[in-house]
Parts: sequence; structure tokens; C-alpha cells
Amino acid sequence: MTPNQTDRIATQVINFLVLIVVLILFFLLGDIILSGFPHISWHFLTSPSSSFSAGGGIRDQLFNSLYLLVLTLIISFPLALGSAIYLSEYAGNNWRTGLIRTAIEVLSSLPSVVVGLFGYLLFVIEFHMGFSILSGAIALTFFNLPLLVRSIEGSLHAVPDSQREAGISLGLSNWRTIRGIILPAALPGILTGIILSAGRVFGEAAALIYTAGQSAPILNYSNWNPTDSSSFLNPMRPAETLAVHIWKVNTEGVTPDAVSISAGASAVLIIVILLFNFGARAIGNHMYKKMTGGK
Amino acid sequence: MDDIQHKLTAPSKASREDVMGRIISYTCIAAIIILVISILYFITSRGVATFTANHVNLWQFLSGKEWNPGTLNANGQPQVGALPMIVTSFSVTILAALVATPFAIAVALFMTDIAPKNGAKFLQPVIELLVGIPSVVYGFIGLTVVVPFIRHLFGGTGSGILAGTIVLFVMVLPTITSLAVDALKAVPTYFRSASLALGATRFQTIYKVLLRAAMPRLLTAVIFGMARAFGEALAVQMVIGNAALMPHNLVTPTSTLTSQLTTNIGNTIMGTLPNNALWSLALILLLMSLVFNLLIRYIGKRGEIKS
Repeated sequence: MTPNQTDRIATQVINFLVLIVVLILFFLLGDIILSGFPHISWHFLTSPSSSFSAGGGIRDQLFNSLYLLVLTLIISFPLALGSAIYLSEYAGNNWRTGLIRTAIEVLSSLPSVVVGLFGYLLFVIEFHMGFSILSGAIALTFFNLPLLVRSIEGSLHAVPDSQREAGISLGLSNWRTIRGIILPAALPGILTGIILSAGRVFGEAAALIYTAGQSAPILNYSNWNPTDSSSFLNPMRPAETLAVHIWKVNTEGVTPDAVSISAGASAVLIIVILLFNFGARAIGNHMYKKMTGGK
Repeated sequence: MDDIQHKLTAPSKASREDVMGRIISYTCIAAIIILVISILYFITSRGVATFTANHVNLWQFLSGKEWNPGTLNANGQPQVGALPMIVTSFSVTILAALVATPFAIAVALFMTDIAPKNGAKFLQPVIELLVGIPSVVYGFIGLTVVVPFIRHLFGGTGSGILAGTIVLFVMVLPTITSLAVDALKAVPTYFRSASLALGATRFQTIYKVLLRAAMPRLLTAVIFGMARAFGEALAVQMVIGNAALMPHNLVTPTSTLTSQLTTNIGNTIMGTLPNNALWSLALILLLMSLVFNLLIRYIGKRGEIKS
């Protein structure tokens, strides 16, 4: 076989493998959307779930997922921002920074079930917080932090040094420069990072099973008092999210229409995550255009 | 006089601001460090309780084949042999990585060398979408599509290592691919130019130059994928069958470390032996993720392209 023939065959093989990967994705998306779409109805989205009879909806799970996402971002964003500012602006090139980076890498490589179990051990049991949205949000923060720190640090790094020098030469303190010049310039990147991490948090379940719990008590959506146990805003109530719900109805096997519920819920989950992804792109592009004045 | 001296020597507004900024960012980073240390500490202290408080022999724990923490065996020792879970976890991880690597490298080559313009434009979102699909959805598809398919082909329940491998293959594929793309992009263009100038075909360039130059980083990509597969809990738990038995072949129900943990930790009482034994499984998971981390660092350090 001449090298040219080998080249042609190898290219064919590579093209074939790529085709298979693309087909897998289309099959996955097609399967999720096509088998899930018929089950999505207004009733499905707005009625509470039922464990032992068919026809349950996902209203509370959907709300819990969103509420948990908001709480997680409220806790994790400031922490991640501060850490990213430290790593990109203050940290010297020494062993301490190396150690800190190693710690963040370790945190990001921990299996999410281990992070969830740690949250269970510390918050649910030691701190007596019980299965609650707050425990879940803290566990998700652990899981979310390394990613968020890395993406924010990346966007801070992407701001040219001339901007920092300009700030310093105007007599501003480092902190003022960061707050007034670097952060606004890095904002599109930071926003994209947050939205992408939101997609991951939204679909996460392993870290939540033993922190936010697997039960969805009936919620009262007209009770705006966060300290009341039936209020939908109460952060100390157990809260099953959409992803956990899919897992639970499939593994417990007591819900008669488990397959159609999880098909519908999977489709909702995927659609929300797709929206997050496209939103991240659109916002990133839009902000970039606005701030650079390009077309 | 004193007033002027005070004005000149006292910290300015700018430097006070800077101190505040430093305090804020130092606090955040300290919080993360404390968090990592406490995760390591708490999981370890729980995980070793099986051996210190319940006096289980470490070797028996790692090599025993019977997992039945509630009961004692003939020697009066609790039956906590974690070997079935360890074997299954490693088999699904290694098999998934073996299957996924050729696909991932093919996609990466397609994006960097075969069709750099259109290929990358089209495949980048494909990879990102695959990353974005949550693991429970992968598990659900595994349960409704893959498991019935295997049951149809081989009989039995359909759940087992094969189903786990197929699900994990799709899950680690995007991880390995995106890192492989980075690895191939990091090979300097003049490597390609030099090889083509010598008259090599594209495949010769890929095979003899690119893959070799990028090998260390490709290996790290595969290890990243393996780390993800090893720690994946719910998708695997839904298709593996969850029977803590030694796997005899690829289609008998068995259990991984993660699936055993997610299934049982809620059913055991804190501080008892069955519970401690599960924490020991969590400790194995933790240690393995540290090992993967060390491997990645080691290979990464040795394999930097010097240009």
C-alpha cells in the first residue's frame, strides 16, 4: 500500500468516526426531545408530583431547581470572584500560589458524589440543618467553585495589562483599578462563565440527593414569608430538584408512569440547559460587540 | 508640623482601599483552602473508622469478595469485601476510556487538521452540547435504550458493565475530545510544515509527528476522562444493576463504588459498621481522584513541548 492510499483510508476512517459521534449526539437530542415533548403540557409543568399514581407534574421540582440555582450562585459567585481576583491580580509566582492552584484542582477533580457526601456529613448531620435547600446550595457551591474560579480568572487574565497600567498611572489604587477598569472589561467573559456553570448546576443531581433531599413537600406559592415552613421561599425545607426527580422515579419504581415523567422532565432539563448555553453565547457576543464598538 | 507629618506618613486613601481589596480576596481564597482541607479531613476520618473503630483488616477489605456489611462470616469478621466494587469501577472506567479515546482523537484531528474551518465550527457546539447533557439524562437514556438493547442481544437483565461502559463512553467523549483538541493545537505549526515539506502525507504527519508530539497531553486528556468516569455516580447507578457481586462477565448486574454509595448511604445509620464501610468506599474514591490528579501533573510536567 502506498502512503497515499494509507492517507486516503485513514482520512476515511477519521471521517467515519466523526460521523458516528455526530450521529450519537443527534440520536441523543432527538431521543430526548421526541420522546419527551409529547409529555410536556401546561398540566405537566404546573401540577405537583405524585409518587404512587400516574399523572403527576413537575411544578415544585422545576421551581426547586431554579431556586437552588439562584441560591447557589448567590453563595458561590462572590467567593469565586474574590478568589479569581486574588489568583489573577495579587498572587505572586511562588509555592503558595502553586499550592492554592493544586487545592482548586483537587476540588474540581473530586467526584460530585463525594462532595455531596461531605455536604451531608457536615451540614445535614453535624450542623443539624437537615435535608434543606441551603445544604444543597452549599454543596453545589463546592462543586461549582473551581469551575467558576477558573472561568473568571481566565476572563480577568484576558484584559490587557495596558489597562492596569493606565489605572495605576492615574493614581488609582490596585483595588480601584480592579473594580473600576478590569472588572467591567472582563464582564462579558465572567457572565458567560456564570451562565455555563448555571447549566451544570441545573443538571447536577449526585451532590443533591443527600443534601437537598429527595422529597418535595407541598409548597404554598402565595406565602412570601421565608421563615414559614410551607412557604416556597423557605431555604430550610427539603427540596427535590428536577434532576433528582428523574433519578428517583427511575430507581424507586413505585411511580406507574415513571418513564413518561422522566422523558418529559429530561426534555425540560435539556431545553433549559440549551437555553442557558445559547444565552451565554448571545450575551457574550452582544456585550463584546457593545464594548469593543465592533460590528 | 505634626499635621504635615501625619499627612505624609499616614496611609493614603488609595493604600487603605488596596488593603481592603487584599483582605477581601485573601479571605475568599482562604475559604476555598479551608474547604478543601476539611473535605479531605472529614472523608478520611470517616473512611478510616472501619479499620480503627470496627477493626476490619485493611487487606480483607480490599480483597474480600463478599459485601454484606450487616452479617458476620465464619471467622466472626464482618463481611465487608470491597473487591467487586473496585473491580467494576475500574473495568467500566478503563473500558469506557478505551472505547472513547479513538473517537475523541478522530474528532480532535478532524477539528484541527482535516477540516479546521468548517469542522471546528460545526463540531465545537456538538461537543459543548454533549458536555451540557446532565448525567441523570444519560442514565435515563441508558435505562430506556441501552439496557433493553443489551437485554435483547444477550438476555439476562441487560444491566451490567457493558451498559455502564456504553453510557460512560458517551459521557467522557466530550471531555477527552476538548482536551485532545487543545493538545493538538499546542503542537507548533512548524512541526506540521516541516513534515509536509519532507514530502509526508497528511496521515504520515498526523501519525509520525502530531500524535507523538502531543502524546503527553493526549494522555492527560484520557486520564481526565477516566477521572470523570470513575467518579460518575447516577448515570452508572441507573444501568449497572446495583448488586454487590463480583462481575462474571460484561452483562451481569454488579455495582461500582459510586453506585453502592448512592444506593445505600441513606439506608444505614451513622456510626455503625455498614455506614462506616460505605465511607471507606468514599475514601477509595477520594484517594483515586487524588491519584488521577497526581498522574496528570506528573505527565504534564514531563511532556511540555519546548519551543
